[in-house]
Amino acid sequence: MTEAMTHNIENRDEFNVEINGTVGKPLIDDPKFTTRNVDVHYGDKQAIFGVDLDVGKNEVLAMIGPSGCGKSTYLRCLNRMNDTIPICKVTGDFKLDGEDIYAKNQDPVLLRSRVGIVFQKPNPFPKSIYDNVAYGARLHGLTSNRAELDDLVEKSLIRAGLFKEVKDDLHKPGTGLSGGQQQRLCIARTIAVDPEVILMDEPTSALDPIATALIEELMIELSGKYTIAIVTHSMQQAARVSSRTAYFHMGKLVEVNDTDSVFTNPEHQLTENYITGRFG
Amino acid sequence: MQTHIIIITLLALLAFSYFTGRKRSIATASLSKGRYNLHSRPQYYGMMVVLWAGLPALLILFLWTAFDSTVVSALTVSQLPEDVQALSEGKLSLFMNEVKNIVDSGNVSDDTNKQIAAEHYKRLSEISLLAKTVVVFVIAVLIILVALRSIKPTLQARNHVERVMTWLMIACASIAILTTVGIVFSVIFEAIQFFKAVPVTEFLFGTHWSPQTAIRADQVGGSGSFGAIPLFVGTLLISLIALTIAVPLGLMSAIYLSEYASARFRAFAKPMLEILAGIPTVVYGFFAALTVAPFIRSFGESIGLEPSSESALAAGIVMGVMIIPFVSSLSDDVISAVPQAMRDGSYGMGATKSETITQVVIPAALPGIVGGVLLAASRAIGETMIVVMAAGLAANLTVNPLEAVTTVTVQIVTLLTGDQEFDSPKTLAAFALGLGLFMVTLILNIISLHVVRKYREQYD
Ligand SMILES: Nc1ncnc2c1ncn2[C@@H]1O[C@H](COP(=O)(O)OP(=O)(O)OP(=O)(O)O)[C@@H](O)[C@H]1O
Ligand SMILES: [Mg+2]
Repeated sequence: MTEAMTHNIENRDEFNVEINGTVGKPLIDDPKFTTRNVDVHYGDKQAIFGVDLDVGKNEVLAMIGPSGCGKSTYLRCLNRMNDTIPICKVTGDFKLDGEDIYAKNQDPVLLRSRVGIVFQKPNPFPKSIYDNVAYGARLHGLTSNRAELDDLVEKSLIRAGLFKEVKDDLHKPGTGLSGGQQQRLCIARTIAVDPEVILMDEPTSALDPIATALIEELMIELSGKYTIAIVTHSMQQAARVSSRTAYFHMGKLVEVNDTDSVFTNPEHQLTENYITGRFG
Repeated sequence: MQTHIIIITLLALLAFSYFTGRKRSIATASLSKGRYNLHSRPQYYGMMVVLWAGLPALLILFLWTAFDSTVVSALTVSQLPEDVQALSEGKLSLFMNEVKNIVDSGNVSDDTNKQIAAEHYKRLSEISLLAKTVVVFVIAVLIILVALRSIKPTLQARNHVERVMTWLMIACASIAILTTVGIVFSVIFEAIQFFKAVPVTEFLFGTHWSPQTAIRADQVGGSGSFGAIPLFVGTLLISLIALTIAVPLGLMSAIYLSEYASARFRAFAKPMLEILAGIPTVVYGFFAALTVAPFIRSFGESIGLEPSSESALAAGIVMGVMIIPFVSSLSDDVISAVPQAMRDGSYGMGATKSETITQVVIPAALPGIVGGVLLAASRAIGETMIVVMAAGLAANLTVNPLEAVTTVTVQIVTLLTGDQEFDSPKTLAAFALGLGLFMVTLILNIISLHVVRKYREQYD
């Protein structure tokens, strides 16, 4: 039944609009990331088709699009997380501050400490809440003594809006938290290492409105100093936090524009169909 | 009817009752809004009939068959002439054995007593078999009929079936536990006999082991001393050497196989490693005795030591190789079972592969790894053949791995092989040793369970 339904949706007229390149402004003047001709294959199956996109310094870029259109896949290219999937083949030109991040001599480990990621599914380590947040700081030697580390852990948890709930249980296992708490724990863990770029894959998908508002505030606050790319299924969220919005459709980048204009005056028919809720 | 025919017929009857029960449940049900108004799905009604009828019938059959010959023998004996009944217990059982032989072979005996007893025995057996058949089938059929009649849509067949199933599972679990308890008690019983002859303190704290005792009063022999310390020290020494080899090697190969090796290499290498566990221990034994031990000796001599030709080291090393797969195979399985998302999380924080393995993957897999090590340890403690062949039989109290030592299991074997009197301290000592070994492994298990639980609290 599900298959038939998807089949139906994909056959509907509003879905079958031709995509000829990207409309809007995918490229900008002062980029943090530049990506060109990005193709991604999972085995024989192509998931991303020739995407050109820039992520600006200190901006929040929102990526929206129907499920399965390749948002996560594209996001994971930016810190080479796709390297860990054996069947995944990424081609194209990726530059972070003008430096090729897929160059032979580039170390993905170093890259990932600069470009942090919050995954779509919360994946806390089977360690205590404290150790989860302290994990990156310990690896990279960010703190020199226990007090500093305590401080960092507390600050990160406060910023992720989790501290109040867990302050008495810091040494209980992180895997014992609820789904939404785990999601915030993973956010805290990522911001604790102070990356230049933060990639967030549906960071609030399991959160209640209060926690969501908190994370959105965090993103806006962070965007002063950091570059943020966020995948979201909530159009309101994209409107609230992002300065530019990219619309993906079946592995192609359809439209990129300032968030305001995407939501008030979309250029592409598919974008309009999506944001007006005609499908997806 | 013979027992196996009874079983087959009974099973056929039960199968038939299953389908009848199922059909009957549908027949009694009525359709409402396109669904049957049955409490449970039809097959549960069939299953209920089968369980209700089958379990008692099979139980009776089993018990009857188990106690059949005892009862029939007793009845036969009670019919024998006074003078035969007055025989001693051993002679009487000999007499009955001959009677049974006559019945089985169909021969005619010259001894009229025996011949009469045999005929009597045969007749009783036949009656018993007939009665058994009748009782089993009458009970089965009666219950089936009652159960079938009780089927109606409101009957909670699923709940009944699930309750019986729960009890069946409990029974299965209890069998395993009862067996263990039985073994322990039989060992304890014999050990108590031993401790009547040899004080517990001598056994536990004595440092000299030489179990030769004079069997007959006129024999010249050692008075026997039963200090078990050298044996337990020897066991621990060899096991420790084996684990020192097996744990690092096994863990490393597990990490390599699950994290670094290509899928094709893993598919090939893992079974190869597992073959190590399948080689008969005798083969390991002569590998240890003929290859490793001489090598250790010549090597030791070349650096100015004086190793004995049989050494704990040789046995320990070879045993270590043997138990590598217990560590590696189990660890590999649990390490591979750690979800990729966990690794991704670590990589995403900028961790290297080795950091990810040591700080996330291994801790997550630790309970399983400890399980593998434990299995390997109990294998090492229980191993006998390699020690006999490579470490010798001398009960030296030493922790020097280059000397010959012996282990608890080896001594148990030497104590019990050959012609023995079963109530001499020498033989009974084997049971005391077995009990000691059981205690040691039990304590090891408890400790490691504790360690795992503690670690888990922190990490899971
Ligand atoms: N590990 C993988 N192996 C094979 N195919 C994959 C894998 N991950 C994603 N894909 C495929 O790539 C396509 C894009 O997936 P992706 O996860 O990027 O979608 P998405 O836009 O993030 O969707 P969602 O909004 O549901 O998270 C899908 O068709 C998916 O089937
Ligand atoms: Mg996704």
